[in-house]
Amino acid sequence: MKSNASDVVFRTKDLTKVYDTGEVKVFALAGVDLKLFGGELAVLLGPSGSGKSTLLNILGGLDHATDGQVWFRDLELTKLRDRGLTRFRRDHVGFVFQFYNLVPSLTARENVQLVTDVAPHPMRPEEALERVGLFHRMDHFPAEMSGGEQQRVAIARAVAKRPEVLLCDEPTGALDSKTGIQVLEVLKQVNEDLGTSTIVITHAAEIRKMAHRVIWFQDGKIAKTEINEARLAPSEIVW
Amino acid sequence: MTGMEALDRKLLRDFRRLWAQFLAISLVLAAGVAVLLMSFGMSAALDETRETYYERNRFADIFVDARSVPQSMLEVIGDIEGVAAVEARVTTNATLDIAGKSDATVAYVASFPASEPLLNVPILQRGYWPDPFSTDEVVLNAPFAEANDLWPGTQFTANLNGSKRTLTVTGWALSPEFIYTIGPGSLIPDDEDYGIVWMPERALAALLDRTGAFDNLSIKLRPGFSTDTVIDQVDTLLEPYGSWGAIDRTQQTSDAFIESEITQLRMLAYILPPIFLGITVFLVNMVVGRIVALERTEIGLLKALGYSDLAILFHYLLLAGLVAAVGVGLGFAMGSWLSYGMSQLYANFLKFPYLIYAVSWNTYLVSGLVGFIAATAGAARAAWAAARLAPATAMSPPAPPRFHRNWLDRALSAARVSQPTMMILRSLIRWPLRAAMSVLGMALAVSILVASNFFPDALELIIDSAFHQSNRQHAVLFFNDAMPESALEEARRLPGVLQVEGQQYLTAILRNEHRSKRAVVEARRPGNDLSRIVAIDGQIVDAPPNGIMLSQRLAHQLDVDVGDTVEAEFLGNRKGTFTLPVTRLVTQYVGLGAYMDQDTADSMFQQAPQISVINVTLDTREDDAFQASLKELPRLGGRAMMVENRLGFEETVSQNILITTTIYAILGILITVGVAYNGARIQLSERARELASLRILGFTRGEVGYILVGEIMLLALIAQPVGWWIGWRVAKLMTDSFTSDLYAIPLVLKPDTFSSASLIVLTAAFVSVLIVRRRLDHLNLVSVMKTRE
Repeated sequence: MKSNASDVVFRTKDLTKVYDTGEVKVFALAGVDLKLFGGELAVLLGPSGSGKSTLLNILGGLDHATDGQVWFRDLELTKLRDRGLTRFRRDHVGFVFQFYNLVPSLTARENVQLVTDVAPHPMRPEEALERVGLFHRMDHFPAEMSGGEQQRVAIARAVAKRPEVLLCDEPTGALDSKTGIQVLEVLKQVNEDLGTSTIVITHAAEIRKMAHRVIWFQDGKIAKTEINEARLAPSEIVW
Repeated sequence: MTGMEALDRKLLRDFRRLWAQFLAISLVLAAGVAVLLMSFGMSAALDETRETYYERNRFADIFVDARSVPQSMLEVIGDIEGVAAVEARVTTNATLDIAGKSDATVAYVASFPASEPLLNVPILQRGYWPDPFSTDEVVLNAPFAEANDLWPGTQFTANLNGSKRTLTVTGWALSPEFIYTIGPGSLIPDDEDYGIVWMPERALAALLDRTGAFDNLSIKLRPGFSTDTVIDQVDTLLEPYGSWGAIDRTQQTSDAFIESEITQLRMLAYILPPIFLGITVFLVNMVVGRIVALERTEIGLLKALGYSDLAILFHYLLLAGLVAAVGVGLGFAMGSWLSYGMSQLYANFLKFPYLIYAVSWNTYLVSGLVGFIAATAGAARAAWAAARLAPATAMSPPAPPRFHRNWLDRALSAARVSQPTMMILRSLIRWPLRAAMSVLGMALAVSILVASNFFPDALELIIDSAFHQSNRQHAVLFFNDAMPESALEEARRLPGVLQVEGQQYLTAILRNEHRSKRAVVEARRPGNDLSRIVAIDGQIVDAPPNGIMLSQRLAHQLDVDVGDTVEAEFLGNRKGTFTLPVTRLVTQYVGLGAYMDQDTADSMFQQAPQISVINVTLDTREDDAFQASLKELPRLGGRAMMVENRLGFEETVSQNILITTTIYAILGILITVGVAYNGARIQLSERARELASLRILGFTRGEVGYILVGEIMLLALIAQPVGWWIGWRVAKLMTDSFTSDLYAIPLVLKPDTFSSASLIVLTAAFVSVLIVRRRLDHLNLVSVMKTRE
């Protein structure tokens, strides 16, 4: 699916995040204005500490902004308290982390069920696992799977609730490039099949080639944005 | 050197950081140390005090009462092999009339020799001993004198052998024979109501018509000689003089009571402290184990830096040492306080002349050492594992816990439990030992509460059986000698008396082959209404004619059943040895009862009907007149007022029960908090990442909290039936071990006992977990995303 420029999913206005350690104030985000569109796959690039994870956390309702505003469609996230943010995460957001964060005592299917049990319109766990190509591994525990498989379970868990946005923080960071490509394939598939707006943070600049849009971060600000006219398939990417 | 200091600083910081967990463990340890200190220390202190007192004041080994024995027999008994000293006395029971006191008071009057007494030497506390030739001067036992304001110089009247004498108090004394005194028919000591009077021998013998004779003998043995052999010879010698049979110290009322107190204290030392120390071992093991797991990389680093295995081992053992130091310190404080409270309690009814109530320093040493050993033993496994970690392995993360699907998982999946519930259940299956130990810990807390809570119900049952069912009389009058049944008519004429019933108490030794038991056989008329024999099932029974009815415990001790026979050797007034068929058994709580039909007894002794006890009901409006008439009644040896008796008993019991149930509740709570709080903290530490992930996935605090609270509370719930069962076993053990000749404690376990124990433990567990749950609010969701555990 192509991104739809008229359908704004996230909008931030002068978004600022300051870490006050007492002695020094660190501007993790120094006034970010950004729009993210429906069905878009955006890649955030930038050096460590440039503010991309902070942005992702605030968009995902995990962290509070110091200043500025964030809207998810018509919902102003910056006005929500803890309870509201929990609700927001539960209903609209899927997360994929660098270290998978699966529950070791639950099988692949049960890890997915964690989400489908509480989401309003979920797909069946089996279907989610099928999407990531792990239908045959669904009764295995995380410790019985490879890193790539675990990450795919994490993606299945994230998409099973049919979220409107999928936020991925270094999803391939802990994987070798071959396994990483498999994971990216899944992300691309989900983005295209379900129309889920997806943000991927990465250190591997080559991954930008699969995005609709690339956003470069520097010192808590957006340095530049780039639109890919010709996207590459993950299998064509090498890093 | 500087390196070691840095490690020590780490130790102290770890301790400070985890202070709440360590405190919870220290409190459990402290409870163990305190109970050990108190029970072990107090039993040793009581034992030592008693021994010293007996030794210094030459407490006798054998005691005999007889009717009247000529003085010449004294020499014969003194010549028995093994006898070191003998001392004869004349004694009687008397009613006293004390100015300003309406109630008749009962006292045991004993003669005091002209020369220094040889045995059971009383210690003068105040005043002086009367002149041996004095006829109206006496010394009183100090607690009785104090309770009645009978200071040296004051006077009172005593009805001695039918003649009223005005006596002057010259002093107060304490005696090893009367450390614990209890009046006839009483259940608890009452200093105001029952006293000991020492009177110069000459005067008392004259009053009792016993000049040149004695009726009470104390014998001291040479070390190494058998009490039984001497008792046999004494019994043979005194048989013609109406002997009631010689008894040893174990049957001497005062000593038997102290002995049972010491035994109970020792029992406590064997039952409770091991529970607390065992739980301490488990908790220290769990917490230090978790610390070592978390500090894996630090341990690797320290080793890479050149710290020896031994240094690492000591580092973690020292952590346990700090827990022990706090626990032992608190235990000493709690134990000293408990011992002080206990000694105050004892001071109320045990009359020692000097205080050796202090807990000895070596009790402190031993209980402190035990505390340190428990804590160190708990840390040993984890500390050893830390010391053994190879640096390279230590620096890499541990292998993740492996879960496998088994039939249990399939069952759980089939049951369609929610994923959070599945997480709880899998964790229990994955660490079954830890789960089992936590269950056991909390179950022990429940059991302590069950085993202590059942006492009030048991006592209530005893009180109901003894007072409301069996003894419905208002007063019991005891006489020094048996009297014809016509005495009942005299009693009926006393002011205020509504109903009278007579009974006779006969002292006998009952034998079956080599087994024998000294007992009081009650001869009674069928259908007696004031004093009834009530079986445990509530049935009112009478002694069938032509035989003897025994209480279940007595029959058990003699190993006889219905249809067997016992040989009964009657002592004292009505002498003779008879073979009696056991006609019936009755199960009772109090006393080792033996019963006969009055007519059977009378015809057996070929005598006219006699009675020695009269039960009466009273018109309470005439109480004062009734009491006044008792003061005039000749040959009255004692009287028991049943209502006062019951109220006094209930008051003492309820006070003690309030104290003990509070203490046990605190102990149960300490255990629960120790187990539940630490269990939850460790779970939180292990699951922090998991729980944060769930929060990120959109689970609410409540839903995430459920996993934490759910696991501990599930364990707490499983612990309940286990705790009930252990509690029931412990209660059974306690009733069995506390059951003595005097009473049997019924095992009354009402639903209330179980539910209140469970309520306390579940509440304590829930509050502990809620305290830990609050930490969930501070989970850093963002950092979880970024780090690998």
